[in-house]
Amino acid sequence: MIIDLQRFIESARPGWNELESILARLEDQSNVRMSIRDTQRFHELYELVAADLAKLTTFSSEPETRRYLESLVSRAYGEIYETRDKRRRFFPIQWLFKTFPQTFRRHIRAFYLSLAITLAGTAFGGLATAFDPESRHVTMPFGLDNLRPRDRVKQEESGTTDRLAGSKGTFSASLMTHNIQVSITTLAFGATWGVGTILLLFYNGVSLGAIAVDYIGDGQTKFLLGWLMPHGVIEIPAIIIAGQAGLALASGFIGWGKRTVLGSRLREVSRDVTTLSFGFALLLVWAGFVESFLSQYHEPIIPYNAKIALGTVEFLLLVLFLTRSGSASEK
Amino acid sequence: MRANALLIRTPEGIVFAQSLAGPMTRFLAWLIDLLIIVGLTFGLERILNWIRLISPDFAGSVGTVGFFVISFGYAMFLEWAWRGQTVGKRALHLRVVDAEGMRLQFNQIVTRNLLRLVDFLPLAYLVGGVSCWMSRNCQRLGDIAANTIVVRIPEIAEPDIAQVLEGKFNSLRKYPHLAARLRQRVTPVEAATALEALMRRDRFEPAARVELFELLAAHFREKVDFPPDVTDGVTDEQCVRNVIDVIYSVRA
Repeated sequence: MIIDLQRFIESARPGWNELESILARLEDQSNVRMSIRDTQRFHELYELVAADLAKLTTFSSEPETRRYLESLVSRAYGEIYETRDKRRRFFPIQWLFKTFPQTFRRHIRAFYLSLAITLAGTAFGGLATAFDPESRHVTMPFGLDNLRPRDRVKQEESGTTDRLAGSKGTFSASLMTHNIQVSITTLAFGATWGVGTILLLFYNGVSLGAIAVDYIGDGQTKFLLGWLMPHGVIEIPAIIIAGQAGLALASGFIGWGKRTVLGSRLREVSRDVTTLSFGFALLLVWAGFVESFLSQYHEPIIPYNAKIALGTVEFLLLVLFLTRSGSASEK
Repeated sequence: MRANALLIRTPEGIVFAQSLAGPMTRFLAWLIDLLIIVGLTFGLERILNWIRLISPDFAGSVGTVGFFVISFGYAMFLEWAWRGQTVGKRALHLRVVDAEGMRLQFNQIVTRNLLRLVDFLPLAYLVGGVSCWMSRNCQRLGDIAANTIVVRIPEIAEPDIAQVLEGKFNSLRKYPHLAARLRQRVTPVEAATALEALMRRDRFEPAARVELFELLAAHFREKVDFPPDVTDGVTDEQCVRNVIDVIYSVRA
């Protein structure tokens, strides 16, 4: 069967143009609400253009018009058959106090696994330092291996000048961006079926365990808690949440016990991974501020007990936030 | 095995194709984006030089956060604002779309861009490139995780065939059986090639134009044995025009 292409285009073009204008409106404005009549017309036009495409596909025709119609049909198909939430206005408060903690709780098993891996690393790092002190050169970051804890404490407590004076902002920004980058890497390695995420979480735990045992063994527990707690009680859970997101992603790739195809599994976790990533980034911004403006100051400037108390309060609030916030609407 | 197009079948039974972008095209788009990122970084650095005069610490923190936001947020922001396109993708007519033909979601854009860190390893997107070569739909790991594909979007223009068909005498119309045979034997690709040649004819060098239409006319003459009065005194270009006329335009 052959059609008169020119006449065909002339007769069908008004419908194509109308569909194109509706699509442009839908794509450009995120909050368009169509009336029943408009929706019916939209669907009718979609079917008309789809039928035109079907006609053209079977006829001897030039490919440009076919591609044009394919593009129209594909755009309309995406709008009509999309079942996920449409782009909505973003409400930051609702996201922070509802969406993020609810997402965290939805993947709580991945969080426990992430925590267990970190704790295993911490135990390994601690034991390595206890039984083989030389391992500190491998396990400790930031040059801490070259300084005995008691020497560092003496150095920090005798300091008469503010060594971060004039650079607190820069230091704080560096901490935030570095920690967020490490956390994103931990998340992204979920694409290696979780192997990379597990290794990074374990390594973080090793460093933490090595430092903790080193300071406790040298009798500097109070300094350690005063130094790490104000920012660590937020920073460490944030990295564990990044691991949680990575493991959730990995579960989508692996698909244990699920009968859905890879695409569907990843489609299920993708939104949650995004929520968790913005969540841990936000926590790390807070941790960066605290580490730069508070954690680096010790006695006699700030009493250790005050820093430990602040860290405890922060930790309790974080636990409360992650376990309780938004739970009313969940029920 | 990598495919050139992803075919999507709608519940109405209509099949439409999304032309997949290859790894090299995508790499070139990334290079353009990289240049933009470097440009933005230089721009920010120049602004920071001014801020540094007032507060070096503030300039340092703005710089650190700014570079981080540019490198991570550039693609995320543009792909969201331009529905799956960055400057590089727009220049090369590429677009990120949902692998199932649905609307591209914000979380898909974030996921595919966060996973760039793995795709980039060990350098210059080697992991992503290998994944792209090996995957059926040319997806890097970020695309697999986000369930997205990168497609080529051809510049879509409705054909203006009237300019090459109307108002000309067509000797072929005197022989309806030959016209019908032509329509039967000429494939859509052959017809499309000839139509494109006619529509672009003014852009060719004179010698190339003569040579091209000589080849096309000879090709169509092989398909159907034209009587002498159809071809006598008719140039090769006119011959191709006549063939296209009977294929594309059926008049009562």
